Amino acid sequence: MTATTNRPAPGPITPPAKPNLLYRPEFRQAVYQVLLVVCLLFAFWTIANNVADNLARQNIASGFGFWNRTSGFDISQSLIPYSNQSTYGQAFWAGLLNTLLVAVIGIVFATVLGFLVGIGRLSSNWLIARICGAYVELLRNVPLLLQLFFWYFAVLKNLPGPRQSIALPFGASLNVRGLYLPAPVPEPGFGAVLTALGIGIVLSIAVAIWARRRQRATGERFPVLWTTLALVLLLPGAVYIALGQPLSFQYPVLRGFNFQGGIAVLPELMALLVGLSTYTASFIAEIVRAGIAGVPRGQREAANALGLSSGLTMRLVILPQALRIIIPPLTSQYLNLTKNSSLAVAIGYPDFVSVFTGTVLNQTGQAVEVILLTMLVFLTISLITSAFMNWFNKHIALVER
Amino acid sequence: MADTSRQQLRRAHGAAGAIVLSGVHKWYGEFHVLRDINLTVKDGEKIVICGPSGSGKSTLIRCINRLEEHQQGQIVVDGIELTSDLRNIDKIRAEVGMVFQSFNLFPHLTVLDNLCLAPVWVKKKSRAEAEKTARMYLERVKIPEQALKYPGQLSGGQQQRVAIARALCMNPNIMLFDEPTSALDPEMIKEVLDVMIELANSGMTMMCVTHEMAFARSVADRVIFMDRGEIVEMAPPGEFFSNPKSDRTKHFLSQILNH
Repeated sequence: MTATTNRPAPGPITPPAKPNLLYRPEFRQAVYQVLLVVCLLFAFWTIANNVADNLARQNIASGFGFWNRTSGFDISQSLIPYSNQSTYGQAFWAGLLNTLLVAVIGIVFATVLGFLVGIGRLSSNWLIARICGAYVELLRNVPLLLQLFFWYFAVLKNLPGPRQSIALPFGASLNVRGLYLPAPVPEPGFGAVLTALGIGIVLSIAVAIWARRRQRATGERFPVLWTTLALVLLLPGAVYIALGQPLSFQYPVLRGFNFQGGIAVLPELMALLVGLSTYTASFIAEIVRAGIAGVPRGQREAANALGLSSGLTMRLVILPQALRIIIPPLTSQYLNLTKNSSLAVAIGYPDFVSVFTGTVLNQTGQAVEVILLTMLVFLTISLITSAFMNWFNKHIALVER
Repeated sequence: MADTSRQQLRRAHGAAGAIVLSGVHKWYGEFHVLRDINLTVKDGEKIVICGPSGSGKSTLIRCINRLEEHQQGQIVVDGIELTSDLRNIDKIRAEVGMVFQSFNLFPHLTVLDNLCLAPVWVKKKSRAEAEKTARMYLERVKIPEQALKYPGQLSGGQQQRVAIARALCMNPNIMLFDEPTSALDPEMIKEVLDVMIELANSGMTMMCVTHEMAFARSVADRVIFMDRGEIVEMAPPGEFFSNPKSDRTKHFLSQILNH
């Protein structure tokens, strides 16, 4: 203010004298940016040049020509048809699908277990709270690799051999070679049962919508859970029996030294799934606990004062608010689980890293291509996961102002 | 029908009031927060509780709907005794509305959803009916136009009025106020007090912890002064302000009135 009043006379405003170029912030910033870009370009050029030189000296052809060559090695578990006559490209997909299988199942298990343990740790029941606390402290503080070794070598590899298998319900059995489950074999007419199941699901969704409308209109509650169960289980069940049970199970049978038939779950897969999901669940439990503790105490008091039971308070008031604290760190745990699945290589589960970055790289020697592809794959999985979680987080974010 | 059974319950307890506290004690660990509280609040009576911070006044009204547990003595609300019986606690909470210093609205729900949550889930009313009641009370606290906003979009005074409406939606017989204006800017205190005065004039039984002495003077039937966990003085406002008996009350009044 004083500067303007002291100005001598109104007239054409003379801009203040520009300082020397060196002292102008825009100029300095531009210089730093250019310098940085030049340095980076130089670094990349050096590396690329160096790699190209070395490859040329060792007579290694670069490029993805190996993709369609026969791999010549077996993979112990594949979700797509694969044999040692398949190509490296097919090995890539087999490994990738194995990793995705572990990641998806592991994330589901870890989330369910983590939420249970996290809520349990806040329970007013002394025993439950202590057990959940001990679980978290134990699993969070032991290295994951050690836990995988524990599950694989100490537990699953100590199971009895096929002849002394532990019999489980429904004709399943567990032994040192893995978990053997009966495989369903559809027979003619089974399509009708599936159709009945589909109709049951559609009907129960319709009932749920109708019940919600009616609840809003009249306040009457309708036992949606029970009708849904009846429609989804009893309707296809009735069709199934009426058509003379058109589904048989192929039970795993002990022949010679091993089980034949049925679905075999590798011990490596079990160890990896159990290890990854129990380990990650301990972190998720802490995140859930922090999220719930982060909801102000007044929220619970207000809900209680309104007469909401503790279960309803948790479901309608606390968890919806805790979720927005929980989601971002939960996303990192999902990404961690996916990336940690590459420890599979230590216990011999054929995941993406073990198959592609291990065997394929060794056999082809195409280190640069294989490593780049591996990085690209993990980057893609991670970005898709975080994109989904960010969308979900935005969906539940609080509206303020 | 409900009224007669409540009357019977009250008679069974030999109690003649909406809230009866007899010989209530409470400790936080070693700290004796409430010492031998005896108080009977009649139907439709308005009680204002004041006292220095830490005197136990908030704890006292929080004991009435079991946000805090008393350890000795008897509390009977609307003929129902507060014991550790969960059914009794639920019944009492449905009868008693509470307004907090920090509003405690549910920030993830719209104003209308805040008001409908408990009627729908606890009283099992239809959404349409709950919404009708909710809009009626929003009208009464003079913010019908804010129904679809979120609490974070409202001013403090508006939030506190929503909180009062939320408690009223459960159709309570008794309203408890725990320093309802202490977190508000001066110009918003009046809009909240106006709503509370209107509520008092409608015959609601009210217990209110507040330092708004003008409110106490105009609305209260009795003013209670608490200090160190005890009820030091209890009198109608005229007598309380003009002729306090205890030295502690005189000291407190001189501090809050002469500034």
